[in-house]
Amino acid sequence: MVTTLDKVDVVIVGTGWAGGIISAELAKAGRKVVALERGEMKNTSDYTGVKDELRFTNRFEMMQNLSFETITSRNNLDEVALPVRTRDEMMAGTDLGGGSVHWAGSSYRYWPYDFEIYSQTVDRYGKEKIPDGMMIQDWGITYDDFEKYYDRFEKTAGLSGEPDPLGAKRSSDYPTPPLKESEPIRLFKDATKNLGYHPYQMAAANLSEKYENPDGQVINQCQYCAFCTYYGCDFGAKSDALVTVIPTALEHDNFELRTESYVRRVLYKNGKATGVQYVDTRTGQAYEQPADVVVLAAFTFSNNRLLMMSEIGEPYNPQTRAGVIGRNFHGQFNMSFLGARGFFDKKKFNLYMGAGALGGTMSDFASDNFDHSDLGFINGGAIELRQYGDGAIASNRVPKGTPRWGKEFKKNSIHYANRVLNIWYTSAIMPWWHNYLDLDPTYTDTFNDPLLRITFKYTDQDRNIAKFGIEKCQEIMEEMGADIVETDDMPEEFDHIYQGGHYAGGVIMGNDAGTSALNNYLPMWDVDNVFVVGASALPHFPGHHPTPTVGALAYRAAEGIEKYLENGGQLVKSEQIN
Amino acid sequence: MTEKEDQSVSRRHFLKNTGLVAGGVVGGSLLGGLLTNQFQTKEGDVKTATQQNLQEARMFFSRSEDFSILAAATERIFPKDDHGPGAIELGVPYFFDKQLAGSWGTNAKEYMQDPFFQNQETIDYQYKDVDQDQAGPNTSTKAPTPTPRYQTRLNRGELFLYGLRRIDEVSQDKFGQAFVDLASEEQDEVLEMFEDGEVDMVGIASVTFFNFLLQMTIEGVYADPVYGGNKHMMGWKMKEYPGPRMAYINEIDADEFIVMEPKSLRDYQGGS
Repeated sequence: MVTTLDKVDVVIVGTGWAGGIISAELAKAGRKVVALERGEMKNTSDYTGVKDELRFTNRFEMMQNLSFETITSRNNLDEVALPVRTRDEMMAGTDLGGGSVHWAGSSYRYWPYDFEIYSQTVDRYGKEKIPDGMMIQDWGITYDDFEKYYDRFEKTAGLSGEPDPLGAKRSSDYPTPPLKESEPIRLFKDATKNLGYHPYQMAAANLSEKYENPDGQVINQCQYCAFCTYYGCDFGAKSDALVTVIPTALEHDNFELRTESYVRRVLYKNGKATGVQYVDTRTGQAYEQPADVVVLAAFTFSNNRLLMMSEIGEPYNPQTRAGVIGRNFHGQFNMSFLGARGFFDKKKFNLYMGAGALGGTMSDFASDNFDHSDLGFINGGAIELRQYGDGAIASNRVPKGTPRWGKEFKKNSIHYANRVLNIWYTSAIMPWWHNYLDLDPTYTDTFNDPLLRITFKYTDQDRNIAKFGIEKCQEIMEEMGADIVETDDMPEEFDHIYQGGHYAGGVIMGNDAGTSALNNYLPMWDVDNVFVVGASALPHFPGHHPTPTVGALAYRAAEGIEKYLENGGQLVKSEQIN
Repeated sequence: MTEKEDQSVSRRHFLKNTGLVAGGVVGGSLLGGLLTNQFQTKEGDVKTATQQNLQEARMFFSRSEDFSILAAATERIFPKDDHGPGAIELGVPYFFDKQLAGSWGTNAKEYMQDPFFQNQETIDYQYKDVDQDQAGPNTSTKAPTPTPRYQTRLNRGELFLYGLRRIDEVSQDKFGQAFVDLASEEQDEVLEMFEDGEVDMVGIASVTFFNFLLQMTIEGVYADPVYGGNKHMMGWKMKEYPGPRMAYINEIDADEFIVMEPKSLRDYQGGS
């Protein structure tokens, strides 16, 4: 028996950065809001005093329990997709705050080029630069129009940083100064300067000083304790939804949070969503939550799957390249972080210290900041040196040729434990006609609903951009003076490991209802009261980590939802582009 | 009566009363294991009840033979040498036992629904074992061992019992002896056969079993002592790892390497 609840203005699915920001904004605006989180209720005490590498990094304490839902994965259209069964192979955040709680904190903006990638590529290099089947398109909004939302997010999170010397225009500085420099970062900056590049300190959500955000939430000072990526912060010093937007939303009586609430369908009638159906996972009781606006702000996988299961929007068909739901799937895979590793025989570094976003970076080979006329790819990426702070299980890197176990492994792994630095190229990933999402024909979740199926493979664009980045990283690592410099190899094919948490697209934004699911306020073209917020809206994956853009998109969407609640109707008119 | 005398008396009585010696079973696996694990106390190795590590007993592995194979295999992966203790001295076999007895061993949070295809594709899948530190943005924080690729109905606990017994079968086939009785080089040869995927196993590639063995051995050496391995933080001491600490804000910008005495999670939580 389904219990129908009282109608609200807005129901939000997911409580990460995206759902949290929209919750806070609409709660402040006095709207009646319910946020539904499939995971458990959490607060900062859950992450205090539990610095345990095995539990969090190797046993994935904070990640989705796959026993009731996972994804399936294949490379090619004619293959049978296999379920991704273990959390060694697949991780997605869960519980209150979602993926924001375990994130590293590395914070970039995307480039003006990314927002207008199709037009600018054609302008600079001609149409023939874009191979058949590469589905790049303009995002429907320019960087200049989007900048104020980046600014909002950066102030909410209190980001610590300094301007990128090659960066696009900013309306204000970072709210807090950059993090401290460690010895590896100094080495990286010196080497890249010597080579004529423009290094700077990566902007971080691990804050360099205590900060009170515009909503009155306080974020503490980072202690460089190293238990950061994969962990909740011990000190409330990493900006996440738990210490910022969720407490802001909870200050308002018109906001209600329900955890252990697993949404199974968006309810849909006569061209409008009417609410959602969800299950209380503690009791199995099903509920209908009616609402004027439905916001899907879950992870990319869930946003796509919920629309497909609810039969809202036209599913993408790779054979005809028509349809929009599941189109343009991309993300950061096992080719996205290739580069060079340096082993230093004469120097030891304090690699057991660090913070998720402690690092040096440079944009000389990001975006379209360099000439691509003679290169077999478009776009680019950051070159980063990160000092996350290694646990003792992680710090077992050995030079190539060392056996993986036994006496020599032991000797080298102990010798090099504090002598290994890594730099990598966070290459952009372009969308292709054959990389998409749909529902699996075989495997189901615990409620017998189909799992999401991912079809993804690499292209020459990927192979060429990765090779380019590896060579640049090698050049820098040699300049840094490592005794042994090793380079990564481009993997032959995507390996079905979904460990990075940065998977995107499928419900993308754009100018044209024929090739995008959402307009630039993130409601669906087809259904004006369903907003789909998150990295699922990105039409391609630019060469940086996505979080500030997800946050900025959420601020943009919150504005759109307000407009919709005031005036109703579609907020933007579709253009026919191609 | 001292405790030492008390123990030897018990042992003598046990042997006599059970008739195991008289029956000529000594050297057989049961008594061999029991003698080794419970009754053999070396001179000077007698501990009072409070000094004994009462957490070191098998709760997952029923057969002592399985546990002995595991211990011998982990010791080959992480042997005792001039740098410090090996897997056995670090308690790594007990780390396995505790892990496999819990939710990790029963795959409580993994997707274990049918169908489990047994075809070339699933076998090939298990060989796509790139190192974890080359597999994603956060993975440089992870153990640089290959990611085991899971497409079997067996949970990890079952997989280990199967794999360890298979190690013994291969030892018998190849060398005519039990794994624990082989010379170190011979043990390595057997393990390499698993690593290279040369051993037939039903429902799983031997490389997957080996990757788990490798991953968990490293974890057992270096995880917090609360899990039963890394005994007395000896794993951490070997590589000058300081354990969980409150803050490095005053040291993070230092030029030189700083050595700190390790602290455990128990220290960090202020456990009493």
